Amino acid sequence: MAIENLDAVRLLDEHRHDAIILTTMSANNVHHGLPSVSKNEHLDFPMGGAMGKASSLGLGLALAQPDRKVMVVDGDGSLLMNLGSLVTVGNKAPENLYHFVFENGVYAITGGQPVPGSGDTNFAGMAREAGYASVYEIDNTEDLATSLDGILEQKGPTLICLKIVPVIENTPVQFRDRPSRTTQIAMKDLQGALAD
Amino acid sequence: MQQEAVLHPASIIAELKKNKVTHVVWLPDSETNFMYQQLTEDPEVDLVPVCREGETMAIAAGLWVGGKRPVCLIQNTGIFESGDSIRGLGLDVNNPLVMLVGYRGWDRHGVARDSAARFIEHILHAWGITYYLVETDDDANRISMAMEEADRTSKPVAVLVGTEFGA
Repeated sequence: MAIENLDAVRLLDEHRHDAIILTTMSANNVHHGLPSVSKNEHLDFPMGGAMGKASSLGLGLALAQPDRKVMVVDGDGSLLMNLGSLVTVGNKAPENLYHFVFENGVYAITGGQPVPGSGDTNFAGMAREAGYASVYEIDNTEDLATSLDGILEQKGPTLICLKIVPVIENTPVQFRDRPSRTTQIAMKDLQGALAD
Repeated sequence: MQQEAVLHPASIIAELKKNKVTHVVWLPDSETNFMYQQLTEDPEVDLVPVCREGETMAIAAGLWVGGKRPVCLIQNTGIFESGDSIRGLGLDVNNPLVMLVGYRGWDRHGVARDSAARFIEHILHAWGITYYLVETDDDANRISMAMEEADRTSKPVAVLVGTEFGA
């Protein structure tokens, strides 16, 4: 079983309240990622550049904004680039950080090649041993819908590994639709929203 | 014979406080290791230890977007590891980030035999990142200059720490 990418981001947006959502890779896609469904764009942080660093960026936001929840929506390939960040997060242990991992098993935006250890890597287990307060693995839409509020009510840091149906992209990069906002613009928008 | 220390952690920390730095995101190195004790005991500055240097710029970017004033504190070897973070979350987004960088291999009076020293200034030049050299307590105010420049230009600025700290 697995969750459709679009269903996952729609549910995260519906249950976020005033949380910041930081997305990367598939979760950031203009057609089936958060930008296609978000009703809270001013609190979205679509991250481009610095591959693998979504968890680190989210940690910084969580430390800076301890009274606001920060939801990082990472990819499995992205997290594999920055596995040490699990220990960095576990060590600082921000209670307001919720680290979602879209585990689709592939590098979806480069044509669907499997990530190393695809299907065998236990991200939730690694996060637990790295010091996260709670970890979850969810592989269907109904469970995600019914459990999200409870997960977000608990103190973090929490890692939620979601089994996601991959949406493979084979269109040459120069022909793909681009986000309406660059990372730089989105950063400025978020800075403004947080300063209000 | 042990050399007399010419750069003390207190000088650096005083500069950080003067500039209202809230967080030091760091991975220890031999040039800056003596700051650890003082930073961990200082309630005004929050220390964020990382596992690899490329995390520091990303964490600092998040802190900056969230309204804080961080600096990174790593070794020049870590700069080499951190290229994509510096590009994507420093230069490309106009992040006024000051990076304190231990200048491993630096020798004012001889030939730099360590490639970490030979390459670092070339790398910074390639990225268009300006830098200041701090070797003694008298140089510490260059940190303020770097902070001012980062704010004025909205770009990352480096401070190369060219000597090991004294206790």
